[in-house]
Amino acid sequence: MGQLVLDTLSRTLGSFLDALALFLPRVLSMIVVIVAGYIVALLLKIFVRRVFGIASFRKYCDSAGLTQMMRKAALPPPVEFLSQLVFWVVWLVFIVLGIDALGISALRDQISQFFMFLPQIFVALVVLFIGLLIANFFSRATLLALANANYPSARLVSSMVRLLILLFFVTMALEQIGLGRHVVLIAFSIVFGAMMLGAAIAFGLGGRDVARRILERQFLQKQPEDKDEEISPL
Amino acid sequence: MAEETFLSDDFVRKLTAVGEVDILVGVPTFNNRTTIAHVVNAVQLGLVKYFPRERVVIINPDGGSTDGTSEIVRTSSIQDFRSMLSASPLRTIHRITTSYREVDGRGSAWRIILAAADLLRAKACAVISPDLESVTPEWIEGLVRPVYKEQFDLVTPIYHRHKYDGLLVKNIIAPMVRSVYGVKVREPVGGEFGFSGRLACHYLELDMWHEDFVRARTEIWMTTRAIVDGFKLCQSFLGPKIHAQKPSSQNIVATIQDALGALFRCMENHEAYWLSRTEPPQAIPVFGFEYSSGLEPRRINRKKMLMMFQNGVSQLAPILESILSQEVLEQIRQISQLDEKRFRFPDELWVKTIYEFAASYHHSVMNREHLLQALTPIYRGRICSVVSEDQRADAEQIEQKLEVLCREFERLRPYLVERWARKA
Repeated sequence: MGQLVLDTLSRTLGSFLDALALFLPRVLSMIVVIVAGYIVALLLKIFVRRVFGIASFRKYCDSAGLTQMMRKAALPPPVEFLSQLVFWVVWLVFIVLGIDALGISALRDQISQFFMFLPQIFVALVVLFIGLLIANFFSRATLLALANANYPSARLVSSMVRLLILLFFVTMALEQIGLGRHVVLIAFSIVFGAMMLGAAIAFGLGGRDVARRILERQFLQKQPEDKDEEISPL
Repeated sequence: MAEETFLSDDFVRKLTAVGEVDILVGVPTFNNRTTIAHVVNAVQLGLVKYFPRERVVIINPDGGSTDGTSEIVRTSSIQDFRSMLSASPLRTIHRITTSYREVDGRGSAWRIILAAADLLRAKACAVISPDLESVTPEWIEGLVRPVYKEQFDLVTPIYHRHKYDGLLVKNIIAPMVRSVYGVKVREPVGGEFGFSGRLACHYLELDMWHEDFVRARTEIWMTTRAIVDGFKLCQSFLGPKIHAQKPSSQNIVATIQDALGALFRCMENHEAYWLSRTEPPQAIPVFGFEYSSGLEPRRINRKKMLMMFQNGVSQLAPILESILSQEVLEQIRQISQLDEKRFRFPDELWVKTIYEFAASYHHSVMNREHLLQALTPIYRGRICSVVSEDQRADAEQIEQKLEVLCREFERLRPYLVERWARKA
């Protein structure tokens, strides 16, 4: 009986040691891949920081309002953000490759799905980035145009412009990564439609007089109270 | 000889038929039917009266007028010079009309005039705006004689203006050119200029005609370039400047964008010249007899201007925060709280504001057009203050106040240099 137990234990230990002997090199390769990935990601981060750290790119980000916007969102400056993004994406890829090196079949499918998903995430991020730029540009242009035309709620309108553009691009980004495709589309339609309807009702009920004045000014050419100054700037 | 490929074959043929000339007068037009006949006749009379023996030509680049302006230029003529002058023309006054694309900006018209001056080897040239009611034959003498007889290279105008006219020039452009470039030019952006053939060739040879700011506001670039390249400048008093169309506040945003954008770009291009300059500003000779007379009063809505300033400062706060220093913005906020009677925009604050805008433009802290648009409400505040202060001031007092402002621009020049050189 005792001999049987000993045989079983030694067989189990033997197979465990065999499995360990097979698994340890895989763990080692995983560590090597992850460490190598870290070094590659770090080098790429330095490279990106150098390449995009040139004055003209920084100036471009400043003039497009990106730096200011990211500062407001408590994010690092665009060059730092980009270099960090590259670092994490590259290192994440290596981490996933390292995990794949373990040879766990259950994880293999997930990993291949992750790699198939990666380009979509990247495109979605690019879409979001462009959306932020466009939203910022147009909201500022709206604010300036309305403030210079002496429109009283310039900031409100410009915020709405930013929100609408961002909403549009977030929808596009979510659509890109295939997240609740129909839900997102329906939600966007509802929100957009509600906002437009709300604006129309608000303007129609609350701003009847304003609307009348605007139309009169536009078509009857009457400006009895609001005379322009006769000053030539040049 | 500069490149003339942008000139049409027909235009070059007409120029060749004229041969060499002594004096060339350019009148760029675009839908100026109401005033162009008067302008062309004044130019012809000026040429006959003051330069009867010289070979002369009038060049009219037209931006595609649809109101018959070009036909009027071609056909308007003075039948009997003796009823207006004691002399008749001794030579033919050639008139050549050509076209340019208005969308390319007035720089294209200027370039055609300069190229024509180069091809015809003109000794002296003048350019006259087509939309003024106050052009007289004496303007031609005022712009051409200093070049033709006194060997000056560039003649800038001095106008007799209403005290509220040209406030952008008086409050920003002229004092800034004076403090930055060190030359006391009263009208660096006037629509009328006299220049030598030598300077015309020099402008043509510079590879700057593709630049937007040169096309949009060629005059600022021409004036500052002539200063930087060491050409001889003078000024000529022309008399009242009266536009045919009543000015309106609607174009202030675009005007500020064009004119200040051009000035700031010029400052960027010429920074090697002005950053190292240390001498005090130099006065330049003035030709003509200066006089002042009463001009019709102007209707100015100060209340509306102040309101637009106050609204602008409050609405544009997030934008102004990235353009102006905290200290300057805080002071602007404080004055925006004042009521109409107590409201004043002090000179020092104004100069610092303009210098900070110039530096922020240079460092591109945001889209440059947006940055210039953000200046409009602040400019309105300053104008409101100027109008309030100058209500009862006569011409002499106005001149004194402008001199004080110019000195303030000069005094704070180191502030601009420091801000300009500082990294964003």
